[in-house]
Amino acid sequence: MDVSFILIILLFGAAATYFVGDKWASKAALIFSTAAFAAAIYVTYRYLNGERVSSVHVWIRSPRVWLHFVPDSISLSMTLLTTALTPIIVWTSFGNLFPKSRSFYALILFMAFAMVGTFLAADGLVYYIFWELSLIPIYFIALIWGNGDAAERKKAVVKFFIYTFAGSLFMLVAFLYLYHQTGSFLSIHLQAVGLNSTEQTWIFICFFLAYAIKIPIIPFHTWQANVYQKAPAVGTMLLSGIMLKMAIYSIIRWQLPIAPWPAHEYKYIIVGLCIAGVIYGSILALKQDSLKKLLAYSSLAHVGLIAAGVYTLTLDGLRGAMLQMIAHGFVVVGLFFAAEIISRRFNTDEISGMGGIRIQSPKFTSMFMILVLASVALPGTFNFVGEFEVLYSLAQTHIWIAVIGGLTIILGAFYMLRMFQQVMLGEKNEKFFADVTFSEGAVMVLIIGVLLFFGLYPKPIVEFISTDLERMLYKINRFN
Amino acid sequence: MNTLIAIAGLGIISLIAEIFNVRKAIVPIVILGLLGALGLTAADYLALDPHTTAYAAGEGFFNKMIVNSRFSLCFSALFIVLAIFLITLTPDFNKDRPAKISDFVAIKLFLLMGAISMVSFGNLAMFFLGIEVLSIALYVLAASKPKDLKSNEAGMKYFLMGAFASGIILFGIALIYGATGSFDTQTIQAATANTATLPGWYMIGMVMLTIGLLFKMAAVPFHFWAPDVYEGSPALTTATMSTLAKVAAIAAFFKLVISLNNEIPGPFVTIISIVIVLSMTVGNLMALKQDNVKRMLAFSGISHAGFMLMSFYSPTLATGTLFYYTSAYALSGIAAFAVVLIVCRDKGNEDIYNFNGLAKSHPLMAAILTGSLLSMAGIPIFAGFFAKMFLFNQVLATGHIIIVVIAVVNSIISVGYYFKLILAMYTKEETEQREPMPFLYGAVALVSMLASLAIGFWPELLMGLIR
Repeated sequence: MDVSFILIILLFGAAATYFVGDKWASKAALIFSTAAFAAAIYVTYRYLNGERVSSVHVWIRSPRVWLHFVPDSISLSMTLLTTALTPIIVWTSFGNLFPKSRSFYALILFMAFAMVGTFLAADGLVYYIFWELSLIPIYFIALIWGNGDAAERKKAVVKFFIYTFAGSLFMLVAFLYLYHQTGSFLSIHLQAVGLNSTEQTWIFICFFLAYAIKIPIIPFHTWQANVYQKAPAVGTMLLSGIMLKMAIYSIIRWQLPIAPWPAHEYKYIIVGLCIAGVIYGSILALKQDSLKKLLAYSSLAHVGLIAAGVYTLTLDGLRGAMLQMIAHGFVVVGLFFAAEIISRRFNTDEISGMGGIRIQSPKFTSMFMILVLASVALPGTFNFVGEFEVLYSLAQTHIWIAVIGGLTIILGAFYMLRMFQQVMLGEKNEKFFADVTFSEGAVMVLIIGVLLFFGLYPKPIVEFISTDLERMLYKINRFN
Repeated sequence: MNTLIAIAGLGIISLIAEIFNVRKAIVPIVILGLLGALGLTAADYLALDPHTTAYAAGEGFFNKMIVNSRFSLCFSALFIVLAIFLITLTPDFNKDRPAKISDFVAIKLFLLMGAISMVSFGNLAMFFLGIEVLSIALYVLAASKPKDLKSNEAGMKYFLMGAFASGIILFGIALIYGATGSFDTQTIQAATANTATLPGWYMIGMVMLTIGLLFKMAAVPFHFWAPDVYEGSPALTTATMSTLAKVAAIAAFFKLVISLNNEIPGPFVTIISIVIVLSMTVGNLMALKQDNVKRMLAFSGISHAGFMLMSFYSPTLATGTLFYYTSAYALSGIAAFAVVLIVCRDKGNEDIYNFNGLAKSHPLMAAILTGSLLSMAGIPIFAGFFAKMFLFNQVLATGHIIIVVIAVVNSIISVGYYFKLILAMYTKEETEQREPMPFLYGAVALVSMLASLAIGFWPELLMGLIR
């Protein structure tokens, strides 16, 4: 059983979900995504035992394209994250009734398929195809099942699509250019190509456009908050929990090893840009009255910090970014789910319309509290491990960058706790807040369990990814 | 050669069928016949020497009037497939005029004949015959709704403009004859080998030929007829023009450029570059503003003509790419038009609001139209993506990075108007009741979409045919 099985399970699952019909679609999606997670764990197990889990086939002979899926610990950990979050995300949707649910769940599985493909592909073109393919399901999920006014939603979603499509087309040009230098799309060949500094700068910019839009790094972020708010909760979770990780992962996997020169040369500018996003996101988050928008901007701040960590080009930065990606994936899914739980009951997204939930549902309040604390990286949670390491790498780059980046913790604590206060505490709300259902509570407990477990014991993940990250860093630093 | 005779025979049979009043059987017979012609083409293809280049002439017929090469046979096969789709749609589209069906089928068959002659000629006289047969068939089809003012206007406009273009082509052929003393492509190519002795008007003739063909393929700045004619003509004729006729003109242009010249002069490349950039950009920008789907597809076709011309930078190497691009474009075009035909069948116009809420009543049709639009926009895994990717790859190999960047920017713009239609289908509420879809339209849309997907999954299928 090699890695392509995970892809096959997800793709087959998408088709099967569509054909079992509306009634059973959600269950089928849960079963298949869980099966994919099990397969991912089994593949990882085999990988750790040193067995061969890669899969290679020729797809197109000219230009030469390989269906080549190479798992290493970096891509496997992202695959595990995706396949672990997909069943959780499917599960969170059980409280909602979606029209045409078979298409909805099939699209979720299809999206998981595309994202896992992006993480595993070792051939640039196949990687690009999966990268683009993941855009189509999320486009329809946000468009058809989103909330709010249809015309505004349409505008937001189309803007998102055109932005990301535009960015990735330049990445395609970069890949084609590289193909002409090497005669191959395979990452090992592309990393070995000797480009001069001008070429590297252009390649770097082309990749950067694609990734900066997807992450997003300012000034490419304008699509984000609107889409997060307008998309259904599931779509927002997919976008923020997994999809933007595709971009950060791609920086580590594709951009830096192929074109490291500009990353070294313009390190301070790029890291500065990412840090600017941290501050900008935090300040905007302070002013939001929409809960989902607040979470969107807080996510903007967090991923800005992750990207900054990657661009420091230190082992701590890369490792911290990987850890933080996984932690952020879980916590952001948890937070958006909490927002969804509230909006299921109150039918509003505005913070001013909430408040006084604690009296009605202490259980939900404590779970939400833990998620908020995890999000602001309280020691003992998984996020602390990653954030600490990222900040440490920033300090290695320049102390002031670390200081400014560290503001995210203070600002984050400020706006998150204030939000918590406004949403949960205070006088009893006249609207009735039903206690969390079993299925809602179980998902929350699951997410919190993961966050606390790895917060206290991050060693397995750290050990798993360190060797490959060192190897990657060696390639990135080969010019200096 | 056999293909051409078989198709001419089929055309005549369908005219005779009118006399004997066997209209019902005519479409199945013609389609079977065309499948047979496809088989004949395949047989000719297999008979070719597998080690020659794409343009290397195989056996010649009638003093090399018709010459088989891998290029001509592949494109002939593509034309036949497109014609099968178009003819399948004919009876239902003209259901209010059952008496005329055999005429329409016969005209389409003659049109197909013209298209095939345009890619398999060995002699410029044959080329001119081909382009005239194709054009006259199209003039008739454009004006085939005699009581509709717009159709009349379209036919008249197309005829006047087309006649000028034909005149210019003929003038070009005459100049080339004057310069080289022959109509035979091989003789002309031999004569152009020595550029020192070649008279200056040879190049003028070449440019005139180019102008005529750019007109037929509706490339900017020879595109002004296209939107009006596309909008005014009956929708099925528009489908024919924007798929079969456009592809035929582009293929003929490539064949001419390659089989007449040994080496393409620099200024000529510059001219074509300007045409490419203008076609892509103007076509896309105009398409953004359209509310009529036929007009929108017309402008999108103009920009696609620009894309197809991009393979001109390395014509001999890019032949496979050109074939792939034209097939991908034509197949998704057929799929899109089939859905447009269903939706706007009894509506009287083709405005976008007719598509509101299509996803609710006909999810499959909406999915097919979405797929074909995404394919035209160049989004993986559809064939259009690979077409663009191969094309960019070829153009980068020749070092024209700027052209690629312009093409990329245009791809982004094109998403804007393709999505307008997709949004209408998925987000708007239905305005009126829809009729159930006729089986044949659905079948054509589905089959061409599946074919488009298949060549997307296995690009080698087509790329390997011309190497």
